[in-house]
Amino acid sequence: MHQADPGSRGSDAAETTIAIEAAAPVAAAPDLGLLRVLRDDGSVDPATDPGMSAELLLRAYREIKRLRLLDARMILVQRQGRVGFYGACTGQEATPIATGLALEKDDWVFPALRESSIMLVRGFPLVPYLAQIYGNSADVLKGRQMPSHMSGRAVNQVSWSSVIGPQLPHAVGAAWAAKIRGDRTVTVGFIGDGGTSEPDFHNAMNLAGVYRVPCVMICQNNHWAISVPTARQTASETIAVKGRAYGVPSVRVDGNDVLAVYKAVSEAVARARSGGGPTFLEALTYRIGAHSTSDDPTRYRSDEEVATWVARDPLARLRRHLVHRGLLDDAIDAAMEQELSAEISAAITEVETHGPPGRETLFDDVYADQPWHLAEQRAELLRGPKAPAGH
Amino acid sequence: MSQLRFREAVRAAMIEEMERDERVYLIGEEVGHYQGAYKVSEGMLERFGERRVIDTPITESGFTGISIGAAIVGLRPIVEYMTWNFSAVAFDQILNNAAKLRQMSGGQLRVPIVFRAPNGSARQVGSQHSHAMEHFYAHIPGLKVLAPATPADAKGLLKAAIRDDDPVLFMESETLYGVKGEVPDDPDFLVPMGQAAIAREGRDVTIVAWSRMVHVALEAAAVLAREGVEAEVIDLRSLRPLDETTIVASVRKTHRAVIAYEGWPYGGVGAEIVDRIQRLAFDDLDAPVLRTSFLDVPMPYNARLEQLVVPQASRIVEQVRKVLYRA
Ligand SMILES: Cc1ncc(C[n+]2csc(CCOP(=O)(O)OP(=O)(O)O)c2C)c(N)n1
Repeated sequence: MHQADPGSRGSDAAETTIAIEAAAPVAAAPDLGLLRVLRDDGSVDPATDPGMSAELLLRAYREIKRLRLLDARMILVQRQGRVGFYGACTGQEATPIATGLALEKDDWVFPALRESSIMLVRGFPLVPYLAQIYGNSADVLKGRQMPSHMSGRAVNQVSWSSVIGPQLPHAVGAAWAAKIRGDRTVTVGFIGDGGTSEPDFHNAMNLAGVYRVPCVMICQNNHWAISVPTARQTASETIAVKGRAYGVPSVRVDGNDVLAVYKAVSEAVARARSGGGPTFLEALTYRIGAHSTSDDPTRYRSDEEVATWVARDPLARLRRHLVHRGLLDDAIDAAMEQELSAEISAAITEVETHGPPGRETLFDDVYADQPWHLAEQRAELLRGPKAPAGH
Repeated sequence: MSQLRFREAVRAAMIEEMERDERVYLIGEEVGHYQGAYKVSEGMLERFGERRVIDTPITESGFTGISIGAAIVGLRPIVEYMTWNFSAVAFDQILNNAAKLRQMSGGQLRVPIVFRAPNGSARQVGSQHSHAMEHFYAHIPGLKVLAPATPADAKGLLKAAIRDDDPVLFMESETLYGVKGEVPDDPDFLVPMGQAAIAREGRDVTIVAWSRMVHVALEAAAVLAREGVEAEVIDLRSLRPLDETTIVASVRKTHRAVIAYEGWPYGGVGAEIVDRIQRLAFDDLDAPVLRTSFLDVPMPYNARLEQLVVPQASRIVEQVRKVLYRA
């Protein structure tokens, strides 16, 4: 992708899109192609290879693996009633992990349900991350937010909204502010395929295009929105085409191919940072597990379909590539797995030593300064075992 | 009579009305193939087909808007939100269109539509998923708002709502869906809107509640009975129209009242009831009317903190003791 001329609005957008289309082998994708790097045999397509270093590839592998193990453990502790809810990323890890690796420290992230882990990649430690899932006294959010809504000011990550959609305009707005201030920050915002039906998706796309902001908007098209397949969500042939309709350069990328996602995100980020405006990425992937811990996917999809996608598992595909390049073998892999499992177990043990946040914290942060009526309620609550009147 | 769970009573009301009137249909997220996010519409797709049980993309403003359009020209949609929280995205359609089209058209148009969903606190679903939305909607002229506590009332009120020619908002509760009760089988069993029920008779204090909080108020009344206090519990059932007659008659008898509800203490239906009581039964009151509501903060996720924010029977008991000057 080439550098944009900030003066030539519009034509640049079209050219950039075409550049990617020309490079990408056109799979079953009408209109916009599909950016792929990893081949099934573990080799890479030299025409699209982003040239990630061995170290970076191993880091990506490790992060995906950690997330895979972590999600499995969190589902387990949810089933045991130790946390209230969990939405896993299993099968879709390549996009959040590659995104985390492609960003700079000052960039901002506005995830949706399945991208909380980006903050782990960007240096947020595991124990306080888990504390947000447990919502206990070690939680910087003070037990206020649901699991799978992790966030942190220290890593410029804002919680997604449980009511689908708002984070995408927020991402565009943060990018708009960067443009107004003239700083070099880039923002990344996420949405699911189902979320593209909400007006906020269209607002974000339109305003990103109109104001030409340094924002990368990523749709994780995991084929299902709870029980609704993408084909019943939209009559468009692709999600990416919607970005193009708003004048935002749009790319379809194999979302189970870490190298391809890394390439697409890095290029979009570089372009945004140099004044080239927004990009919309549709990452084609699949939710291997349930929508959340309150869902049973066997009610609406076949085991065969799931098996097809398990065969395209992003972790296994990256593994094949690493083995192909001589960077990984069974022994290294097993040792890594053991180490990560131990790290997760230790973090869970540590986080579970903490009790609930103190009741006095309930009234903090509703406003910048605690108003008198909340101070009164707080005093009443703390006065005795009896709960307050409520007003 | 049949023993039905709350969710089955809601379903029975929809099925009977859809069989009775083919202009009635059900639309919403996950209502069809998934059988409903809370299994309320289980079996309805098989029974009525995709023409009348309609799954939607995730766009509350979109499917609310098309349903209002269809209602204007003569259909009678039942619009389900996965929860009332998500109706926030459709608020403009409800506030500015469903509620006002009759009035703005000089009475030429009508919007016979039912909006229904679970409402209020569930368990550990955080601040954005735990709203008591009835307070927002009951404020709006042109809308009717119902909040039943029992399977029988759920069925009778929903049937009345579907037959009504104005927009009706129907508040269910995730925590009530499993509650069982006797429900009349008569296909013309209707519960009229705007009539409260006495859930428990008593002479010492009136507790006014609706939806899930009726059950919590009854729990509180049982505790109070052991202290020799006989509480009368009013199950409001209908928030707009509001049955002030039943409330005032009860307060005339007990001279004391506590309003127990989910939702914040600032304004809202609870404050509205306090206004009616002080205005219409001022001379009968022996104590200020008190309320038990959410604490005035967004709902936390942590279970222990959530329990402190949501009204518990113990908090209602506490308020009752205060109005009895026994605290
Ligand atoms: C406005 C709104 N409507 C409905 C829901 C309930 N809901 C939660 S997740 C979800 C599906 C989301 O699908 P998608 O955007 O494709 O993301 P995915 O879960 O597949 O990652 C729905 C309908 C919600 N949270 N917010």
